[in-house]
Amino acid sequence: MNKFQGTADYIASHDLSVAVNAAITLEKPLLIKGEPGTGKTLLAHEIAKALGKPLYTWHIKSTTTAQQGLYEYDAVSRLRDSQLGNDKVDNIANYINKGKMWQAFEADEKVILLIDEIDKADIEFPNDLLLELDKMQFFCYETGEEIIAKHRPIIIITSNNEKELPDAFLRRCFFHYISFPDRETLKEIVAVHYPNLEEQLVESAMKLFYEIRNQRNIKKKPSTSELIDWIKLLLVGKINAQELDDVMEGKRGTPYLGALLKNEHDKAIIR
Amino acid sequence: MFLDFFLLLKEKGIPVTLREYLDLLAALDANVAEYNVDDFYFLSRTVLVKNEEHLDLYDQVFGVYFKGMEQIQSSDILNIPDEWLRKNGERLFSREELENIKSQGDLESLIDRMAELLKEQKERHQGGNKWIGTGGTSPFGAYGYNPEGIRIGQDESRHRRAIKVWDKRTFKDLSQDEELETRNMKMALRKLRILSREGRTEEIDLDKTIKSTAKNSGMLEVEMAPSKKNVVKVLLLFDVGGSMDDHIALCSQLFSAAKYEFKHLEFYYFHNCLYENVWQQNERRWDGKIPTESIFNTFNSDYRVVFVGDASMSPYEIFSRMGSVEHYNDESGQVCLKRMIEQFPYFVWLNPLSKSEWKYTESIGMVQKIMKDRMFPLTIKGIEEAVGVLKKKAK
Repeated sequence: MNKFQGTADYIASHDLSVAVNAAITLEKPLLIKGEPGTGKTLLAHEIAKALGKPLYTWHIKSTTTAQQGLYEYDAVSRLRDSQLGNDKVDNIANYINKGKMWQAFEADEKVILLIDEIDKADIEFPNDLLLELDKMQFFCYETGEEIIAKHRPIIIITSNNEKELPDAFLRRCFFHYISFPDRETLKEIVAVHYPNLEEQLVESAMKLFYEIRNQRNIKKKPSTSELIDWIKLLLVGKINAQELDDVMEGKRGTPYLGALLKNEHDKAIIR
Repeated sequence: MFLDFFLLLKEKGIPVTLREYLDLLAALDANVAEYNVDDFYFLSRTVLVKNEEHLDLYDQVFGVYFKGMEQIQSSDILNIPDEWLRKNGERLFSREELENIKSQGDLESLIDRMAELLKEQKERHQGGNKWIGTGGTSPFGAYGYNPEGIRIGQDESRHRRAIKVWDKRTFKDLSQDEELETRNMKMALRKLRILSREGRTEEIDLDKTIKSTAKNSGMLEVEMAPSKKNVVKVLLLFDVGGSMDDHIALCSQLFSAAKYEFKHLEFYYFHNCLYENVWQQNERRWDGKIPTESIFNTFNSDYRVVFVGDASMSPYEIFSRMGSVEHYNDESGQVCLKRMIEQFPYFVWLNPLSKSEWKYTESIGMVQKIMKDRMFPLTIKGIEEAVGVLKKKAK
């Protein structure tokens, strides 16, 4: 198995790569937390890219149940088919809709399974997946099949910390907290996205970005993804470094502030 | 071999279990990380710490443990696998040094010598904490660094980079008060449920389906209904500072249980009695003030308001203008409290003092009266009673 070191489009800090490689080697799920916009979800995509493996994404919503990740039995269509005299109806397997976990388990190669924003689900959700994550197997009652992962998938779980996760669940995962990148790393990240950017513009933009980020009263601090979007707008709007420096001196308002701050309250503070 | 470290973590309050320890050993066994201190720090952090709140504590323990050599049994050092030492050696030495070492014999034999040296040192410096790092000009002068490589708190160039990572304590902001045993409280709070069917239809309504299927002369006609959801909204108002300092542990338990249980939870702080301002971050108490009025404008009266405080203060702080101990208040605390409960008819006051103590403090009786006797002790039983009362409007 190749080691994950980040990709051409994704700068993974060294501690992150250690965490990812530990999770891959020991076949444990990796729980990723961090400020919004620091590339939690992107990580799974990049691991898939770097290792050349397919990615299965399971987006969690407030209504998602653990069972949906395994399979769903569509009793209603079966009943309907039975009334219509459809032959399909004899085999119950025709009405089992495989969920993302089942798909990942039965894949012929090691795959990456992203369980995105697990904290959005009900508080019992993680507890319902304990055995499945631990043993990578589950039982399908309708067909009496035992589904065992052919290759234990690399499982990446992201959380935004809206709810605390139960201890029993945490014990089964490795954990990594993506902290906001330091200046140097951030520069690298910007360089990955915009390789041909003028040095001066990057300097000024970063300076202004940190100035805004370090404001104490801000409710939602802008993070990496906001910076990337903002620089894109600066490029489109042909803003030059001088104009950004003018902002710093208070001669004009910040251009495209809406890309950095998503909150009326914050915008009023910065302007 | 890191058992002491593991036990120290546990002692300091990081919830590590045997499982994590075995995982760490397995990870080391599987050569997940390279044999150097940085990687070991990252790896052990990933395996042992499960919550960003504990990262800061972990950094501290890591720093202390690997700096204070007196806590490491020297036998642990000797048990560290050869490769670990060797890799560290390779990373530590400059090219000239390596050349120099080579001229003294191969790396292998030098490592053997070093192990011997370590043993000798142990005998020589029993009880001391600086027994490594002999240095000097012998062929092992350079090798003196090798054990230093294991010993993390050292100031050599490479290590300075290493030590920085955890000594920076990047995760300080994330650490909060430890979550204590909150399960009982969560269970008590769970009773505060207002179930209602709202939003998307996602459940089969069995009764209706049977009815309409029958109407449809036996052909299936599915009827859906929204599922039941807890829609309760909670506003927590905490008294902080002063006499409340004795109850911090209990209050943080309540807070973490409430945070876990309620989807719609808002919280504010006040001091002693509610006045015209509240705040949300204690360290920004003075510049982050929020007018109490704005709470009225922001939240509708469906919100269940829970005051948490010992209600122990001078009576002036409640009934008199300018009675606050901290600032000039235009309106008395009682006016603010009354306005609050008028706006939010579902409210309770939880008091961390036990009920038997209430009668000794005059102000508690006053607050209880204002609260229309909806004051309960902050115990499991008290919370259960409070939850029952919260479902009913105050008259």
